[in-house]
Amino acid sequence: MAKIHVTATVNGDEVEFLCELEETLLDVLRDELHLTGSKEGCASGDCGACSVMLDGRLVCACLVLGVEMEGRSVETIEAMAAGDELHPLQQKFLEHAALQCGICTPGILVAAKALLEKKPDPTETEVRFWLAGNLCRCTGYDKIIRAVLDAAAEMRVS
Amino acid sequence: MEQMRYEAPDTVDAAVALLVGAGGETRILAGGTDLLVQLRAEWIEPDLILDVKKIPELTEISKENGGFRIGAAVTGAELGEHLGVKKAWPGVVEAVELIGSVQIQSRATMGGNLCNASPAADSVPALIAAGATAAIAGPNGRREIPVEDVGTGPGRTCLAKGEIVTSIFLPSRPAHSGDAYLRFIPRTEMDIAVVGAGVSLTLDGGGKCSAARVALGAVAERALLVDAAARALIGTPVDDAALDNLAKAASAAARPIDDKRGTKEYRIKVSGVLARRAAQAALERARQS
Amino acid sequence: MSTAEKLENGKFKWVGTRPVRPDGVDKVTGRARFGADLFLPGMLVGRVLRSPHAHARIKSIDTSKAEALPGVKAVVTRDDFKEMPSESVAAGEMMIDYRDMTRNIMAREKVLYDGHAVAAVAAASASVARKALKLIKVEYEVLPHVIGVIEAMEPGAPVLHEAMFTEGVEPTPDTPSNIAARNELGRGDVEAGFKKADIILERTFDTAPVHQGYIENHACVASVSEDGKAELWCSTQGHYMVRAFCAKLLGMDISDLRVTASEIGGGFGGKTIVYLEPVALVLSQKAHHPVKMVMTREEVFRATGPTSGANVWVKLGATKDGKITAAEAVLKYQAGAFPGSPVGPGCMCAFAPYDIENVKVVGYDVVSNRPKVAAYRAPGAPISEYAVECVVDELAEKLGLDPIELRLKNAAKEGTQAAYGPKFGPIGFVETLEAAKSHPHYNAPLGPNQGRGVASGFWFNIGGESCATININEDGTAQLMVGTPDIGGSRASMAMMAAEELGIDLDKVNPVIGDTGSLGFSFLTGGSRVTFATGKAVIVAAGNVITDLRERAAKIWDIPVDAVEWEDGFARPTSSNAGEFDPLSLADIAAMAAKTGGPIAGHAQINAQGAAPGFGTHIVDVEVDKETGRVTVLRYTVIQDAGKAIHPSYVEGQYQGGAAQGIGWALNEEYVYGEDGRMQNTGFLDYRMPVASDLPMIDTQIIEVPNPNHPYGVRGVGETPLVPAMGAVACAVEHALGTRLNELPMSPPRVLKAIGAIGEAQA
Repeated sequence: MAKIHVTATVNGDEVEFLCELEETLLDVLRDELHLTGSKEGCASGDCGACSVMLDGRLVCACLVLGVEMEGRSVETIEAMAAGDELHPLQQKFLEHAALQCGICTPGILVAAKALLEKKPDPTETEVRFWLAGNLCRCTGYDKIIRAVLDAAAEMRVS
Repeated sequence: MEQMRYEAPDTVDAAVALLVGAGGETRILAGGTDLLVQLRAEWIEPDLILDVKKIPELTEISKENGGFRIGAAVTGAELGEHLGVKKAWPGVVEAVELIGSVQIQSRATMGGNLCNASPAADSVPALIAAGATAAIAGPNGRREIPVEDVGTGPGRTCLAKGEIVTSIFLPSRPAHSGDAYLRFIPRTEMDIAVVGAGVSLTLDGGGKCSAARVALGAVAERALLVDAAARALIGTPVDDAALDNLAKAASAAARPIDDKRGTKEYRIKVSGVLARRAAQAALERARQS
Repeated sequence: MSTAEKLENGKFKWVGTRPVRPDGVDKVTGRARFGADLFLPGMLVGRVLRSPHAHARIKSIDTSKAEALPGVKAVVTRDDFKEMPSESVAAGEMMIDYRDMTRNIMAREKVLYDGHAVAAVAAASASVARKALKLIKVEYEVLPHVIGVIEAMEPGAPVLHEAMFTEGVEPTPDTPSNIAARNELGRGDVEAGFKKADIILERTFDTAPVHQGYIENHACVASVSEDGKAELWCSTQGHYMVRAFCAKLLGMDISDLRVTASEIGGGFGGKTIVYLEPVALVLSQKAHHPVKMVMTREEVFRATGPTSGANVWVKLGATKDGKITAAEAVLKYQAGAFPGSPVGPGCMCAFAPYDIENVKVVGYDVVSNRPKVAAYRAPGAPISEYAVECVVDELAEKLGLDPIELRLKNAAKEGTQAAYGPKFGPIGFVETLEAAKSHPHYNAPLGPNQGRGVASGFWFNIGGESCATININEDGTAQLMVGTPDIGGSRASMAMMAAEELGIDLDKVNPVIGDTGSLGFSFLTGGSRVTFATGKAVIVAAGNVITDLRERAAKIWDIPVDAVEWEDGFARPTSSNAGEFDPLSLADIAAMAAKTGGPIAGHAQINAQGAAPGFGTHIVDVEVDKETGRVTVLRYTVIQDAGKAIHPSYVEGQYQGGAAQGIGWALNEEYVYGEDGRMQNTGFLDYRMPVASDLPMIDTQIIEVPNPNHPYGVRGVGETPLVPAMGAVACAVEHALGTRLNELPMSPPRVLKAIGAIGEAQA
């Protein structure tokens, strides 16, 4: 079966890949590029575990076709830490124990980072509604919300 | 087994030509938030997927005759960031912004919401209430029709082969008018509307309602424009009595079914509740405008 | 300082602190590898063909066209799995039967639910695998189906298993039915007890089946070698159980199957049995390639275990001053397509929080055409205790008593004889009630249309078999290996206990989960057992390391081992009589290991006894929109006895997560079936689990009444937090509405129906 050749930017690097038309960006990231930090929880845009930044916008990678990526740029959880330096959100998630099983964590971190870039001083309610597209079944969200608010406070200071 | 084809033309004419020339099933890809789910679930197996996001005309918001023309592939996020549209038609923008999560908003479009033709589409009742029209391009040229005429039933539209919706036009906002859209979902986010209600109304100098449009979603095979509900408001100061009549008219117009998202009885009752609440919100905006 | 002294003085170095978990960085960077994250060379994609019918006889399966499709490397059906005799074994807190298990992973005579596996393929790509599934022709004879528990029990209902005659009934019925078993427990004389009562309440409740809702779909990679040896990587709560089940189903020697537990993206009981794993092994065996299988979310909903939906009848009698004189209940639990609902523990837990002289509980295990239930967080208990807590609340209301006071009057204490058998040791139920009574939340004012609910809950907690090994490295660091998958931060608490015992810094302990080839049998992660049972194994292993270290020091100093003590990470002479020596650190001794006898290690293999039960009390405020029926949770407080919290953040996390799952169960989660017996809401869009904006912060209070059977006093904490939630929310809704719903979920249509705003509501 003929695959389609696509050139895109992934975490700052130009990459080429072949994909079948029915493959999503999530399939490409995971199965072709082996960037498995983005998770599949639903493949229907309902759980947010595959959240990535596509040309600066937060999307579910499961709702983007691989072929749509031609000439576009995606950032995944794998690009969140700067070298040895964790992003403040990553650090706060660790300090607040804001993860249990950790499967939703990459998507929530990517989504939370997008929020803080747009709104550095969100209220609890704003964080909750922004993260409504990211399901977590373990934590009841409490520690996640606290970690995001704490990271926001720290990022405003620094 | 035929292989699926993907095309991403950059003009409307090219898109129409591809659609006209295509054999078998075709699907338009705008935001893809419905299409990709349907593909993955194997509910549809199109021969051609036509991505319309590379067509500039479909991705722009422009001013026109005091109103706004919104490209069919403009995303919810882009619309929400457009202060002009938000100021003129807050109810429409709110309705679009209710569709899914932030992630969905980055992709979902009004054109897609309209053409996916779900009876529960959030933007559609708000657009109908606003008196919006849809611009359609096809092999026989272009036409513009009221939004309420686009959807004909679940997943069905009036579009002929080769036709696509290119934009949605929101008319100039009259003075002393306001619009609002409310929906009921069991959770606070991420659900499909169990009932949706859009209301747009205009007040005269004396504070009486001079014009109104009321639309309901998720209570019939398509979104309904409910004239009787609008009549309940027109000529009144939109007081409790008028709102009661509006609610009754809305409930009376609802002809829902029982399904996994709600019961018939429930939807009928809540149609009135939401129509009333949406009218109150629209009234508040009209008074402040 | 000894552990007992540390406990007495609260002078722990690590226990009770909140360090960053050892696996944390991998989990915030996307590096952690979950079930679907493994790629092996030459790996194929495996997919399952599932039944579109709720109940049908399989007349034939033709796989020839699929096998002929280029890229297809193997196809398997029922013919590739051997018949298993009926044999029951424990799977966590539930029992499974191998005869049923082999039928659940691949249908044999009949399909018994929508989504039941019928065939599977292994192919070079996902798209080829999908096409292959479409080429498999299955001829069905569709049979009448039955979904609901009450309907399934009716005479004349479609019978799933022609050879099922209700167990536990004398004489055994001579006609088959869907009632797999009846069981009964109790004490005293309920009739006499009710005679002493001034007030008697009888209520019936219905609860919907709910899914565990883990975000990670089931996934595994199997690789079977030509010599019959196999490796399996999978997301599971117990890889030793997976090994046992797969070896049995495939007729393998246990030693030929090495299972590695991936990181696990949630389980809540649902990953204590096998679905894909044996299928992937057989596919790999036939294809001579590794095979990866990953379920879709739709498959998870259609084919993996929810917990039971149920019908529960409760009768309580009490004196005017609130002393419960008798309690009776009948529980009818859905088991799904095969017997084995958690009705047993449901019966045992129903009245466990209370000291009641006269108790009788009858349970029915009922099959119907839906997926076989799996364990879900305190399996069985949330259902029966929800019903009982609602009646307790109504009793308090009718008697004009505060609901906490009523509970205090009847609360089980140390020495109370539980209706299910044992006498309780030290327990913290009364402490949770006292804490709730004096909590600011309990006394805060409420607004209009708001209500407050309180409910309590009980879960046994279990112990069981665990292994632990601590290897001391040459540089004085410690490699800790346990065999219980870490589902919510247990590597942190295991490392903390090891560091505490050894007296070394926490960052010198590196905890890992061993595969089945690296460590001896460990029972699964479930039953709230890991911190207790595996924790005990870690402490014993650390003790063995210390014994070894003392011997090495004795050798170095050339004094008797009895003259060496281990304190705060150093070997010291017990007294100056033993000699004058500078203390030797663990690192000092490790560096000299080669000269003193070789590598230093400690191992423990235990069957941990003495797990102590967990009690909790929840307080919740809700507001109800009486026009739409929407219930909003405004405030939530969880108070629970942890015995001793090793890592309090993760204990709080268990409390909060359990409460959130309970809120979902209470308000919106349910399975919707069509007339055709097929599940209609097979995704997160319409199976409505709470999202972040649905919930408030969830306050917690950790009560610590130590378990005398654990060196630090640990009780399990994982499961109890779910148990009180539905009762608490239901009582809050009742107090906001002035009407009781007696049905879960309390979805908006049901709320409006209950207050008469609309007529018949069905959902």
